[in-house]
Amino acid sequence: MISELLSALLLIIGSVFILIAAVGLVRMPDVFMRMSASAKGATLGVGATLLAAAVFFGELTVAAQAVATVVFVMLTTPVATHMIARAAYFNGTPLWANTLVDQLCDRYDRRTHRLQSRRCDSPEESQAVTGPETPVP
Amino acid sequence: MNLSMLALFISLPLLVGAMLLAFYRLLRGPSLPDRVVALDFLSLIGISVTAVYAIATNVSLMLDVALVIALLSFLGTVAFAYYIERSTLRDQ
Repeated sequence: MISELLSALLLIIGSVFILIAAVGLVRMPDVFMRMSASAKGATLGVGATLLAAAVFFGELTVAAQAVATVVFVMLTTPVATHMIARAAYFNGTPLWANTLVDQLCDRYDRRTHRLQSRRCDSPEESQAVTGPETPVP
Repeated sequence: MNLSMLALFISLPLLVGAMLLAFYRLLRGPSLPDRVVALDFLSLIGISVTAVYAIATNVSLMLDVALVIALLSFLGTVAFAYYIERSTLRDQ
């Protein structure tokens, strides 16, 4: 009885979270925001529905397999989302028009796709950085 | 109300609605990464649908299908991301 109640609760939570993630996927204005909404909502929704199945069947083998699937999804979805976001950033996908801060703006080397912690390496850009307000050592 | 009836008549329609919204983004998406994100999201919904269907029909073998869909969707998404990034490298 209590397991059926828990299973029903997990089913409803998972389905509603996936529906909310789909609404975010349609309504968000930017690739990166869409990615964020869909990845987080879908991860939680898939985890909840698979745990509902594990609670519903109540056998050890089925529950182990469902929990393994949940762990796999929770490990791989952020990795996949990060890879698409990186590819989209290199692809030149436009940000939202009202975006205020792009913290990756000059920090990727366009040729080797390496991230660097300093602002830039090339001489003309370092001169641009060394503006009038740079403190003299 | 039975639990399998709940899975069949409440949970599956919500998932199908989410799937329709994801198909809208897949068809309409302005850029290629949008479509890849929608495809990844569709496969995640597919995992959830197989879990709900396993509850609705009382067949626990469906969870094997969910695991296989999870593996394949990760591989496909990583391949698409690699392809998009390599194509931007080749252009320069």
